[in-house]
Amino acid sequence: MPSFQRAARDALANTQQRRNLAHATATIRAKRERVVGEVDRWEDLRVAGAEAKDEALHHLPDYLEQLEANLTARGATVHWARDADEANAIVLGLIRDKGADEVVKVKSMLTQEIELNERLEEAGIHAWETDLAELIVQLGHDRPSHILVPAIHRNRAEIREIFLREMGSVGRPAPKDLTDEPAKLAEAARLHLREKFLRAKVAISGANFAVADTGTLVVVESEGNGRMCLTLPETLISLVGVEKVLPTFADLGPMLQLLPRSSTGERMNPYTSMWTGVTPGDGPQEVHVVLVDNGRSRVLADEVGRQALRCIRCSACLNVCPVYERAGGHAYGSVYPGPIGAVLNPLLRGTGSEVDKSLPYASSLCGACFEACPVRIDIPQLLVHMRTQVVDEASGRSPEALGMKAAAWTFADHRRLETAQRASSLSGRLLGNRTVRSVPGLGAWTQARDVPTPPKETFRQWWRRTHEDES
Amino acid sequence: MSAREEILARLRAATRDVTTQQGARGELAVTAASAESPARTLELFVHNVADYRARVERCSPGDVATSIAAALVRGGAHRVVVPDGLDASWIAPLRDSGIRLVPDRADDGRPLSSAELDEVDAVVTAARVGIATTGTIVLDHDTDQGRRVLSLVPDQHVCVIRADRVVHDVPDAVSLLDPLRPLTWISGPSATSDIELDRVEGVHGPRILDVIVIEP
Ligand code: SF4
Repeated sequence: MPSFQRAARDALANTQQRRNLAHATATIRAKRERVVGEVDRWEDLRVAGAEAKDEALHHLPDYLEQLEANLTARGATVHWARDADEANAIVLGLIRDKGADEVVKVKSMLTQEIELNERLEEAGIHAWETDLAELIVQLGHDRPSHILVPAIHRNRAEIREIFLREMGSVGRPAPKDLTDEPAKLAEAARLHLREKFLRAKVAISGANFAVADTGTLVVVESEGNGRMCLTLPETLISLVGVEKVLPTFADLGPMLQLLPRSSTGERMNPYTSMWTGVTPGDGPQEVHVVLVDNGRSRVLADEVGRQALRCIRCSACLNVCPVYERAGGHAYGSVYPGPIGAVLNPLLRGTGSEVDKSLPYASSLCGACFEACPVRIDIPQLLVHMRTQVVDEASGRSPEALGMKAAAWTFADHRRLETAQRASSLSGRLLGNRTVRSVPGLGAWTQARDVPTPPKETFRQWWRRTHEDES
Repeated sequence: MSAREEILARLRAATRDVTTQQGARGELAVTAASAESPARTLELFVHNVADYRARVERCSPGDVATSIAAALVRGGAHRVVVPDGLDASWIAPLRDSGIRLVPDRADDGRPLSSAELDEVDAVVTAARVGIATTGTIVLDHDTDQGRRVLSLVPDQHVCVIRADRVVHDVPDAVSLLDPLRPLTWISGPSATSDIELDRVEGVHGPRILDVIVIEP
């Protein structure tokens, strides 16, 4: 696994991808700002969202037991999986019980995290992705690069090529006269997938929310492929990370105000489905829910890091991140890219691998991700927290570790951070372009290294100055 | 130890530091925007539904049937499925307009199969709740709205909602809904922005959405 920095350097050389990404993130950013601006009490909403998630996370075992009891009472079967292998084995067993050799899937980050498709393929079961972007990624033998728009790195001409080349080998071929018009490409996907929806016996979904006090699962989407998977097949298997729990049905009020506006920049996404166990005569009559840990209990045990589990995967932090915008999603080496990926991956997996060690450095610490996050995850604080961990692990009580701890203290509070940034840009102005050779208090550390001259303005000041017209 | 026991034990250990009681956050904060007047709420609803490129029309109770027929003709629908419990007066005039009405349940009581539904052009349903700030209609699939697939597989969805069922904001709707029913929230027709972020209507769900608001 390459480190973020190495992968990012390669990604930077891909000008096509950089152009697509810059266009996409700027577009979504502008839409998001417009619809967030419509809501008077946005800050109250963020607080309500964060409180709902914290309430659930702080008492997670109790809420999970409540969720399980309500699901079971409504006719669903609940399974528990400690890790990816266990989750995949449960799903495979359920599909085999049905005698099925294919499944239709709604986009789910968790199934990517546990590499479910790959495990199913090995067992001879075709897993068809039905979200248009996921279909493009799957047919292109590619990896997703964005939480919300996974094929953001592909343009229409590439998509046309992929459809013409690949659709025929796995089902209904693309029409021969297919053009690269988005409407025509969507139409080709509609026809290709419809035969799969109509014949599928088993569907696999994730869930955006799982409500403890009712046993309701919620899937938020745009295209209707989710609704197809959730209602047409006889059997529905939903994989749900244990952190997806919400305490009460009423908590969906703030959550459904926060998610679409933060995510696609819409007042509401076209379709949201909610279902509670089995509804006789309507939809799948066999409903399974697999509750998955796979590292989440480890994140929860980190008192600072646990706020990362509030994440509702809206992708707002990706779209405002200057590092993501240039490096793209693949450089993060995992299904969770961008600022949240940079903290969530090392929290979930530990900082043993080269990529997980490098991820906490995949950021400029500009703070834009925190401002955008609908559930107020303090990503800059978490990045510094994880850097401390990486450094501590590498060298015990090294000078770097101590330096990073000081930084962690500074970044733990926004006022401290801003004061420090102002102080440092002030000294930058006093120092001119001279390189700093020593900093009082850091002693030995700066004897071996040149400290870069502090910038004359903070990143945020610079951003406001140079991007005024975009906001 | 079973996976269940082990996961719960891990999570208990992970939250040992938590000192607050369950439910300590107290009452849920009010996050709904408030309405100036029912008339403003309805205007906002109509505006936001139209903003999603759905076709929206306001009519009096006496004109519902005409509005439904006109919407179906505009959409070019020939075969139209209707849920068992739909107000019969809304669709009675359709029988003379050359549009074929397909009941969800045939005489033998068997519901339409997915393949049969795929042969149908449009569906007419009622709705449980409408939300003004987001331009959303919510179906709870009661008998006047039908099974979930009815409003999904046909290419046109004509949805009729009474003005007094339109609430102002999302939390107002959540508090009215019965969580034990399946719920479908619909905001505009099916859409994707997956190709270069160009919005395209219609991938899998209905490509045409008509919302008819009955005003007293
Ligand atoms: S961290 Fe916050 S902004 Fe980023 S994806 Fe998660 S919820 Fe959205």
